[in-house]
Amino acid sequence: SSHEHKLNFKKSKEVCLNYIQDAMLQKQWKRAAEFLTFYIESLEKDFSTAYMGPSEMIWRIGTEILCHHSHSSMKQFNSFIEQMKTLGVKRYLKVCLEHAFHLLCNGLIDEAYQNLSLAESWRFGEQTTIQDKEMKLIQAYRGLLDYYSWSKQKNILLEHGQNGFEDLSVEQEMHSCFRKAAVNLKEIIKIPGVWDLFVKCYVDLLEFYGDHNEACQVLNEYAYNSKFPANPNAHVYLYQFLKRHGESKKSLISALKILHDIVPSHELMIDFNTMLQKSKKRKKRQLGLEVIFAALDYAGWKENVKAWSCLARQVKQIVISEKHLDWIKQEWNSRKDWWPAFHFSRYLAKRNWQENESLSYEKALVAGILLGKDGKYFKYVSHQGCKAQVKRFRILKKFVNKHNPAYLRISG
Amino acid sequence: RDFNERCAQCSEVNWGLTDGGRFYCRSCHNVTERTREVVNTDFISNTRVQTISKVLRKQEKTDGGCEWYVCEGFQLVLKKQAEALEALGVCPQMKDEILCNFWRCYLQKSKQAYCNRPAGETVKALSVCDSSTDADSEPETPSLLHMLSASESEGDLQTDCSFASSTSKVSESTSLCSGSVDGSLYLMKNQKEKLRMTMPMTLSFCYMALLWLREPMTLSDLLRFVVEGHIPYLNVFQHFPEKMKLCGLDLKIFCVESWPAYEEVYNKMLELAAFLDLPRFPDITDSCFLHPDMLCIKYLMEANLPDELHNWTCRVVKKICIGEADFLTLVPGNKSTRKVKYDVLAAAVIVVVLKLLFLLDDHYEWLLSEFAEERNKNNKEGGPYFEFKKWYKVIKCSLDVEQKKLDEERAKYLWRCEKPLFYSAKKKSKVLKRRRMVVNLQNQFGKLSGSVQPAEKPNPSSFQLSWYEENTDGSCFHGHSLKGILQEKCGLLTAMNPDYWLCTVKLCTEKLCGHLAHYREVDFPQSYHFVLRLFSFLLRIEPSYIHDEVCVIEHKLFNKKLCKKPKYKTSLRK
Repeated sequence: SSHEHKLNFKKSKEVCLNYIQDAMLQKQWKRAAEFLTFYIESLEKDFSTAYMGPSEMIWRIGTEILCHHSHSSMKQFNSFIEQMKTLGVKRYLKVCLEHAFHLLCNGLIDEAYQNLSLAESWRFGEQTTIQDKEMKLIQAYRGLLDYYSWSKQKNILLEHGQNGFEDLSVEQEMHSCFRKAAVNLKEIIKIPGVWDLFVKCYVDLLEFYGDHNEACQVLNEYAYNSKFPANPNAHVYLYQFLKRHGESKKSLISALKILHDIVPSHELMIDFNTMLQKSKKRKKRQLGLEVIFAALDYAGWKENVKAWSCLARQVKQIVISEKHLDWIKQEWNSRKDWWPAFHFSRYLAKRNWQENESLSYEKALVAGILLGKDGKYFKYVSHQGCKAQVKRFRILKKFVNKHNPAYLRISG
Repeated sequence: RDFNERCAQCSEVNWGLTDGGRFYCRSCHNVTERTREVVNTDFISNTRVQTISKVLRKQEKTDGGCEWYVCEGFQLVLKKQAEALEALGVCPQMKDEILCNFWRCYLQKSKQAYCNRPAGETVKALSVCDSSTDADSEPETPSLLHMLSASESEGDLQTDCSFASSTSKVSESTSLCSGSVDGSLYLMKNQKEKLRMTMPMTLSFCYMALLWLREPMTLSDLLRFVVEGHIPYLNVFQHFPEKMKLCGLDLKIFCVESWPAYEEVYNKMLELAAFLDLPRFPDITDSCFLHPDMLCIKYLMEANLPDELHNWTCRVVKKICIGEADFLTLVPGNKSTRKVKYDVLAAAVIVVVLKLLFLLDDHYEWLLSEFAEERNKNNKEGGPYFEFKKWYKVIKCSLDVEQKKLDEERAKYLWRCEKPLFYSAKKKSKVLKRRRMVVNLQNQFGKLSGSVQPAEKPNPSSFQLSWYEENTDGSCFHGHSLKGILQEKCGLLTAMNPDYWLCTVKLCTEKLCGHLAHYREVDFPQSYHFVLRLFSFLLRIEPSYIHDEVCVIEHKLFNKKLCKKPKYKTSLRK
């Protein structure tokens, strides 16, 4: 490699930065700190035209080092950050926000609150408007901390209530926290974005004070407003809310439908399938089958007994009724090439039997129908089961043998 | 000269100047009323004659500063540098006589002192900025700064002020500031004819004086001492007396933001020597340190190569006549002869000798080494035979270590000094505040660096790599014999290697592209590159410089063969 023997200030600092980055990647914090000391003088030549100038570099690098270095203390960190705040007015709110995060991560909630309040009151001419987004975030997080206080007050109140105490001051405190929190949380969730935490807290507040309509509206907005980025959690929250308030199955199903589209492997798919299976509508039942098959496409579900039992139950029910075998056929068509190796190999048969009898039972039922009585999975497991004289396996064997024609229809 | 009107009498345009400063027509001797502008200011009447040893004290200003001229600043710089050189062992004559005289001569020739100020020169009186100037919105400054910044690299000090890129003319009432009296003038005028003084040029002065005295210090040594901090260069202005306030454009003149480049310093030195109308320099004879025979000894030692190689270098030097005083001695202004870079030349000679003996084609040198190894087994008497492979291992190891150290030093180089600089008085508080923060942060993270000692200045030494024969690990190759790779022919020892490859078949025209050859690492054998890298490290210059010189030497060496055949093979029989 060529080593240039020329050197100027700019190049020298670039090289220094490389050493810092290398040290940080290798977690050599002392070495990183050492090189940072030599980099710091570039602050005296800070031209903020650069995309990421020296002051931002130093803020970021310094933060990393202070976070990880064994000898650094919170006090040191705070004093460092205060200096960083004075370095660049364009970055002031961002630094404040990240400082608050850091304090929260270290359990210093009160300090974080103070910082956020201080930052909220900051005004700097044009910059205030330019840094509007950061300001909103600061207000939102302060709102979040207000919620946290509210939550604490609420628990105290409930405790006192149980003990027969009445505490007006706590109650008043609680309400004031609520007001502060609600205002800020409401503001931030208006802006398109991913605000799971804020939404949850806001809904919690609304529910406590009995404003179910508002809560429902908020959740619907969050889940269905196309301006917001697609967020599976939004649908989960909505579903959970509806469930809590005993809404109709129809609305629950429609809430989960989109979740199935976005995240077919979501854990709520079991609930979804269960609901759909019980539905009177044919289309819903078919959807249920779709849903459970889709979930089991994912490796994370391979050993989920509940999921397999759902599928097994539905398959069994279809086979017994001798209606809608074509549903199974349709689902199996796209899977028959790879599910056998994925779920029903001989190795898995052995392993499932050894580790989890119930799992092997459910799977064997499904395998028996989809791959017939001569399929290796069913054959092995049912044989083992019968050998061990477990009753249900004998029943299973009989069942599959009896319904072998169904298999032939599915595979044919 | 700049007067282009036709003469009223004879319609010619052929003007001259009378003693009274009036234009007269040379054809018909018609004297016009037109005069060259003579603007009398206080400074004109002040013909400045100063001695070098003391700075002229002017009337003190309110802020404790005095008026000072840029050349006074440079004078101080040179003084400091000369003192440092003396401390390094250079004879005192350099400081007291030679450098002094050169400088005086320069001042005279560039009309900055020791002469009457020529009529017609305007010197704008620019004072140190006072707080009344609104430094944040400086509409007058943009154009000049923009002009200045166009020629310099970006990221310089002037961006302290925000400036628009207007191209309006600089008005008389410009509020450009500088601590020195003539700072802006210095940077503004096209000083091509006058050879404007710069910081790198101070080193050119030093080197020129060293060369005149034939001191045992090459230019690469000098520049290395500068980088290592033994010779004041970076931040030398902090040694200016308190009264000489620096601000504004002075910073642009005196603040350095890059290591001095060999080529730049060298070329300026040549320009300077010509500008000063110096006569032929004292002869470089074969007893001088700078003579290739002598320098080769030094470099051979440093490169840990056998002393016996010296015979070969001397042979090459003799063959191509580069040991002649006429070739080596500097004759300023003589454009026909190629100027000699003694250090590069000596290094290149060694490279050529290595190529002659070892071929360095990534193949032969290893075979030869194995051959020498074999012979070494039977070698009972005398010293061991030199084996290229062993040498390569030792040197590569050391070189890698030293290079790594050097790379880290580059990263840790500190450019700022304790004396804070500011562009204008208004910026002072801001600058000081930032300086305080920088110091705070440095302390804070310095403590987290663990028990790392602050880098100490290495002791100045002319040798960067040292090898001791006393070491029993066999890592010193000075005493090794070349017999292992030589053969007897007609009673003489010659190289076993019969081949040679030329670095380049044809030399480029220096005038067109600035180089005689173009070096790309991938085009050449790795052994060759390794050898270049070694000397590149020792001399602190790019391998391509040495490569250029190698090409020139080769062309001289094989001149006859090259001229004979119109088509030449790249591999020649010697």
